[in-house]
Amino acid sequence: MASSLTREQHLDLYYYMRLNRDLEEQMVRLFRQNKIVGGVYSSLGQEAISVGTAYSLGPGDWIAPMIRNIGSLLVRGFKPRDILTQHMARYTSPTLGKDGTSHFGDLKTRHVVSPISMLGDLIPVMTGIAMAGRYLGQKIVAMTWIGDGGASTGVFHEALNLAAVQKAALVLIVENNHWAYSTPTERQTALRDLADRAKAYGIEGAIVDGNDVVAVERTAREAVAHARAGHGPVLIEAKTMRMRGHAQHDPAEYVPKEMIEEWKRCDPLDRHEKFLTENKLWNAKTKQEIDQRIARELQADVEFAENSPFPPPELAAEGVYCEGCHTIEADWKRPKEEVMPPRSSVVAKWQIKNPNAAEGPSKRTPASTHSPSGNGARPAPSAKTSAKPKHAKKSKGARVPVKAGH
Amino acid sequence: MAETTYLEAIRQAMSEEMDRDPAVVLIGEDVGVYGGAFKASEGLLERFGWERVIDTPISESAIVGAAIGMGYAGLRPLAEMQFIDFIACAFNQITNFAAKSHYRWGAPVPLVLRGPCGGGVHGGPFHSANPEMYFVHTPGLKVICPATAYDAKGLLKSAIRDNNPVLFFEHKFLYRRIKEDLPEDDYTVPIGKASVRRQGRDLTIISYAAMLHTSLEAAAELAKEGIEAEVVDLRTLLPLDTETILASVRKTNKLLVVHEDTRTGGIAGEIAALVTENAFEHLDGPIRRVTSLDTPVPYAPPLEEYFLPSVAKVVSAARELAHY
Repeated sequence: MASSLTREQHLDLYYYMRLNRDLEEQMVRLFRQNKIVGGVYSSLGQEAISVGTAYSLGPGDWIAPMIRNIGSLLVRGFKPRDILTQHMARYTSPTLGKDGTSHFGDLKTRHVVSPISMLGDLIPVMTGIAMAGRYLGQKIVAMTWIGDGGASTGVFHEALNLAAVQKAALVLIVENNHWAYSTPTERQTALRDLADRAKAYGIEGAIVDGNDVVAVERTAREAVAHARAGHGPVLIEAKTMRMRGHAQHDPAEYVPKEMIEEWKRCDPLDRHEKFLTENKLWNAKTKQEIDQRIARELQADVEFAENSPFPPPELAAEGVYCEGCHTIEADWKRPKEEVMPPRSSVVAKWQIKNPNAAEGPSKRTPASTHSPSGNGARPAPSAKTSAKPKHAKKSKGARVPVKAGH
Repeated sequence: MAETTYLEAIRQAMSEEMDRDPAVVLIGEDVGVYGGAFKASEGLLERFGWERVIDTPISESAIVGAAIGMGYAGLRPLAEMQFIDFIACAFNQITNFAAKSHYRWGAPVPLVLRGPCGGGVHGGPFHSANPEMYFVHTPGLKVICPATAYDAKGLLKSAIRDNNPVLFFEHKFLYRRIKEDLPEDDYTVPIGKASVRRQGRDLTIISYAAMLHTSLEAAAELAKEGIEAEVVDLRTLLPLDTETILASVRKTNKLLVVHEDTRTGGIAGEIAALVTENAFEHLDGPIRRVTSLDTPVPYAPPLEEYFLPSVAKVVSAARELAHY
């Protein structure tokens, strides 16, 4: 399988996926010891998606992970101790014990937005970050994830539609793991492929094998390049399987056993190990070194978390408002004069680009004038209308363009 | 200087802040080319361009969500709800995303969500709401309800410069009905400070927004009968200026709260609890309230008039309390 990544990068993908899996195994052990205050939401079998997609981003880009995207947090530079202390509600956690699980972030350096439990709500927020990034001249991409269940929310539609008309640099990963708690995807949507939704918004869509980290990374990298170039949002459906229950408490007896067995044969870590071996990118010694490094890191961080105190009770009353503890600062990458009068001044009149609307039903010629700023967007490199979505250059095996109907 | 309407004061606040700080942008439905349903943003697109005045699809949840994201990225977005009734469509973004963000993970949301509220204009059940108390009950938000043009401008400027999510409820009945001379120079009005609009000794009337004017008219009527009512304008509902409220009650020993919001769960109940907890020994009578009925806002003029507080209803309740 062709890939543009270096040997080191392929080993990185293994490191993060293995770290993701081993960390979660530690969390399950801690859960059984009653050391986890809330739930543990396993991403077993989905590590390739968290890791591969986040790995495709640049340092200035933004992510908003969901609860099963611990792998994305690790790629973004958070440490196992951050995730462990969050789950164990310790004072040393990124939220000081005020919230749990992967509900934390970092606006200033890692550019990670904390999720909330209500699904779909990250999509408009990340759309706003992409819009702000363009306004500030940053050329950034905003990436977030949603499940097959979360794709049923109203805000999913509102946000993807807004991102589409704004040509926002948003990459949305729809992780179709076939189960929304106990409800199968066929009760969430009548579509076979959730990627078909892209067509409805006039944006680029793709399907990828979510258990193939190399394919995931490559598809995400293409989507990120497409979005960064100003061509608008991309929806990637990554097909995968939730191999555990909704959370640690849930034995998931509603999942047919043969489904689990079948997906076990597609385990993303096994597959990447095989890929590394077949392509002679590592040997037994390399694997052992990485695995031992992970074991050392995890042992140190578990000890750190277990020895961390709970927060002082009085902390509960603090921090409702920002009272000067943070500064709001935009990172301008373009001259501010461009957005200030008199340079910002325009004629407040729509220039309708849609040829059908502008010229009536009988004339189907493309509009001769184009107003790139007419929808609030900055001029995009491509001035074509989005009536017919363009497909980015396809790579072998990784990417399936969206087709209408089945 | 010519007198400025409440609506023009809001437009001036937005325009002057956009001139002062390129991080301030406006996002909402029909806010650009059309200039807003009430023309609050008229002229802003011409002056600041497509990137700073952004017309959106009809998607309140996405509008608020996008504004939160812009705030995370260092901007100071102003989001408009075309009528404040539609804020219900964005409830989750406001209460679960924006309000909890700083407390949960230390991420401030410098967002102003503004829009026209209130009745008295025969807008019916979906264009007349006063939804402030849903949000006063949400820690992390600030809730502002200005009653004068001066305050509308000064408080909106403060809201834009604030690092927290601020809901700014503009009373549409006041948009073009009240006007006053405003200072030429830049000024702000602090969030969280009430204002004593009329000094009095016999009882305190606490109110805000359009009902401030009803209360002041009632106080003028009462003065003819020799009853001197002190009138307090809350201006901000969250955080509440408890000092000004308690100081006035300690002075007059009687309290009437007047609000256009419906009765059950209105701010009057909270104020009554506050006063009985902190100034019970100063009270010489029961705390009374004049509010709208516990119904949706009805459409027909006689129904809406019956539903709303009025000068006559305030005078009657105040007179009874003064003589208690």
